[in-house]
Amino acid sequence: MAAPKKGRRPTGAQGRPGRALAIILIAMVALTVGMFISKQTTPRLGIDLAGGTSITLKAKSEPGKENAVNETNMNTAVGIIERRVNGLGVSEAEVQTQGRDHIIVNIPKGMNEKQAREQVGTTAQLYFRPVIAFADGAPAAPEGAQSPSPTASGSGAPKAQDGNKTSPSATPSSSATSQGRALSEGLKAPNAPTPTPSASESKKADDKAAPSPSASAPAPDPAAADLQAKFAALDCTNEAQRANVGKGVKPTDPTLACGQRGEQWGKWLLGPAAVEGKDVKSAKGEIDPQSGQWIVTMNFNDHGADAFAKVTGELAAKQMPQNQFAIVLDGDVISDPSVSTAITGGNAQISGGFNQQSAQDLGNMLSYGALPLSFQEDSVTTVTAALGGEQLRAGLIAGAIGLLLVVVYLLVYYRGLAFIAIVSLLVSAILTYTIMALLGKGIGFALNLPAVCGAIVAIGITADSFIVYFERIRDEIREGRTLRPAVERAWPRARRTILVSDFVSFLAAAVLFIVTVGKVQGFAFTLGLTTLLDVVVVFLFTKPVMTLLARTKFFSSGHPWSGLDPKRLGAKPPLRSSRRTAGAPAPVEAKEA
Amino acid sequence: MSKLGDLGAKLYRGEVGYDFVGKRFLWYGVSILITITAIVALAVQGLNMGIEFKGGAVFTTPKTTSSVAKVTEDAEKASGHDAIVQELGTGGMRIQISGLDTDAAADVKKELATDLKVTEADINADLVGPSWGEQIANKAWTGLGVFMVLVVIYLAIAFEWRMAVAALIALIHDLTITVGVYALVGFEVTPGTVIGLLTILGYSLYDTVVVFDGLKEGSKDITKQTRYTFSEIANRSINGTLVRSINTTVVALLPVAALLFIGGGFLGAGMLNDISLSLFVGLAAGAYSSIFIATPLVVDLKEREPAMKALKKRVLAKRASAAAKGESADDAIGSGDEPQVVSQGRQQPGRRR
Repeated sequence: MAAPKKGRRPTGAQGRPGRALAIILIAMVALTVGMFISKQTTPRLGIDLAGGTSITLKAKSEPGKENAVNETNMNTAVGIIERRVNGLGVSEAEVQTQGRDHIIVNIPKGMNEKQAREQVGTTAQLYFRPVIAFADGAPAAPEGAQSPSPTASGSGAPKAQDGNKTSPSATPSSSATSQGRALSEGLKAPNAPTPTPSASESKKADDKAAPSPSASAPAPDPAAADLQAKFAALDCTNEAQRANVGKGVKPTDPTLACGQRGEQWGKWLLGPAAVEGKDVKSAKGEIDPQSGQWIVTMNFNDHGADAFAKVTGELAAKQMPQNQFAIVLDGDVISDPSVSTAITGGNAQISGGFNQQSAQDLGNMLSYGALPLSFQEDSVTTVTAALGGEQLRAGLIAGAIGLLLVVVYLLVYYRGLAFIAIVSLLVSAILTYTIMALLGKGIGFALNLPAVCGAIVAIGITADSFIVYFERIRDEIREGRTLRPAVERAWPRARRTILVSDFVSFLAAAVLFIVTVGKVQGFAFTLGLTTLLDVVVVFLFTKPVMTLLARTKFFSSGHPWSGLDPKRLGAKPPLRSSRRTAGAPAPVEAKEA
Repeated sequence: MSKLGDLGAKLYRGEVGYDFVGKRFLWYGVSILITITAIVALAVQGLNMGIEFKGGAVFTTPKTTSSVAKVTEDAEKASGHDAIVQELGTGGMRIQISGLDTDAAADVKKELATDLKVTEADINADLVGPSWGEQIANKAWTGLGVFMVLVVIYLAIAFEWRMAVAALIALIHDLTITVGVYALVGFEVTPGTVIGLLTILGYSLYDTVVVFDGLKEGSKDITKQTRYTFSEIANRSINGTLVRSINTTVVALLPVAALLFIGGGFLGAGMLNDISLSLFVGLAAGAYSSIFIATPLVVDLKEREPAMKALKKRVLAKRASAAAKGESADDAIGSGDEPQVVSQGRQQPGRRR
């Protein structure tokens, strides 16, 4: 009938079903073992399932600075936000970019949303803190032991070593005049010429200087002594220590901080914050018309002006380094100018040792915080653990019901064949689960509600592939073939259909993943993953198993419960010898032609 | 089931079959009607955009003793904006306040906690800036555009451009219907809905591809025979793959239905519900369109080809001569579609690929 000439062409594709099965078995075992070894036996849960707060920030592209929203700046912002959030003692907060201009901040439960938003928010964590002590970044081992109660000695030493152009306190007089000029240009000029906090934006290249911790502990109470000990031990050249320094310290408490002076790391012991960054109304780097040098001018609001006047008044009376204040941004000391007179009136300028880049950078940091971009909150979602658990449960129940319905439908319709489909689904489920669990650690994949949804929807897609194959086999049997050739002949065609339709499905998932943000991505990811796994399972599991089972009597004899009973399928007799049949009814020929 | 199996066999052999291609104008009509209804509903009623698209806040509280009316009043007093309050299956309240600034939301949350006598930490909050939904929608549009271009290119390569065009039309048809249902029924449109809608893209095409694959195979050597016209073969292909299409659709719909049931019944509202609702509508539309719209469209496009026209002439000539000889014409295809097939002769010469 159909193709007498082709007949029962032995297909090479029958191949080695054992090998394919071995491959997928090994893959499953490897993934499962990997899962246990890495102790990631459950997928990481997203905020909406585990509870917590999720904040989506969008980078605002400012007019004239459209190019600012780029990968480098986004990554810098992520780093800073991460530090801010984790700096408050919340571990495992997760900050990542998504798409071109979004940052997602996920904060697990245990932190209230308001606090989280303040941390993440668009305002900078900028403080002006008086310097109590300064030392080189690495702990000086011998001195470390003695340093708990150092005396205010050798304050001249660092200054003297300040070999290159900076020389902080050498400039006060000259800059006092320039200051008045700069102010009158900048903002509203104060009546009295305001003296400068002439800065030592110390580009100390030769920083062998000043290892002597030159602090004077004013009141050696236990907390201060403890802090002193910590200060002595602190190693700012160590990245891990740097990341943790000053973590969780309130602005009103003394703290430790690291910062870079040129190439070298320095460490500071700092007093309580005297002025906050939000009190800085504006700041910018500009050229002092008087000296032609780059300087940074700052303008405080009323509250800031008062506080600044007070602290500079106190500092001016002290000696190096305690006449300095540190500008601490997100835990890092970004500048530590010294003060020679009280600065009143709300305007100040930092001079000395700037180039255009460093002056503008500092100005930007003072006005906008360290974030290279400004962000707006697009959405803030707070999910309590209770609701998260409920959503997870609902998702799992829905998945179970969906799976059950599919299984029942397959059983009723395909009988024995359905078991192949069910086991295939199971294999697919195991692969999906283990991969998801491993990806939690690997790429930070977190299972969220849409992802669960995607997995449930994927049950259908996966089962569809089996249906396509089964229907093909049945068609071949209807043509009068016996099961073994039918299984092999049906495969190339079913394979094509499966590949094409899975490709379309995967394409949709990939496009979704690339162009969307947030929750949608989770969904697209699961859908894409399961579509890929579907192909893997059909090729390496379903087909080989089908080939093997075609050799069993139950299936090959077309047992009524096998789902392949030629009679039920309405196959044309004679069943076993498809070669005969010269006068086959036409339709089939058309189909096959 | 064995009856269904029988039907499958009969469909496969072409003993029974519905004349999808012959009656295509009827179904085109039905689809156009539905599409127009959808567009009118969209124009007149518009979509009920969720809070995510307008900006505002959604608070979900744990079980409370307050009534909906009381909570609404509290929420409106606290926020100064209109509030929509729903009671959930859990006994909690879902409070939607549109237009609420994300900054002000924290205070409102605090007040609500006091009013409802629950702790602030127990209230779930979803604060959305006014541009968030717009961004999601924009990205969805971008995704839609990119996907359509890619898929048309792919289908044009894997099949042929006619099928790609037909698949695209079917896809747009499905999306329009789904959006129309949303407008008509007034379901809330949320980012979840958009996710569902975008997933329809893949799914609707999945179905179409399965049918097209059968069609492509059936019409492989079509010019080498003189028994059937393209329309007839297409119709046979649809019928031959009908069981497959029905099964894949049912199996795809079952988990979605479970999601919808659980999402709607258990959680009251939310992401599960939103995704599955749009998926459900879209899937159903997709199954319909791949059979009733996509393939007949391919036929319309294909029958313009000179080769297919020539084929039809040969087939009809052969049938005529067979009839003249008194032999019975082919029994396979319901001859009811014959006039339909003939009537296509009027079409102007098409391009040849």
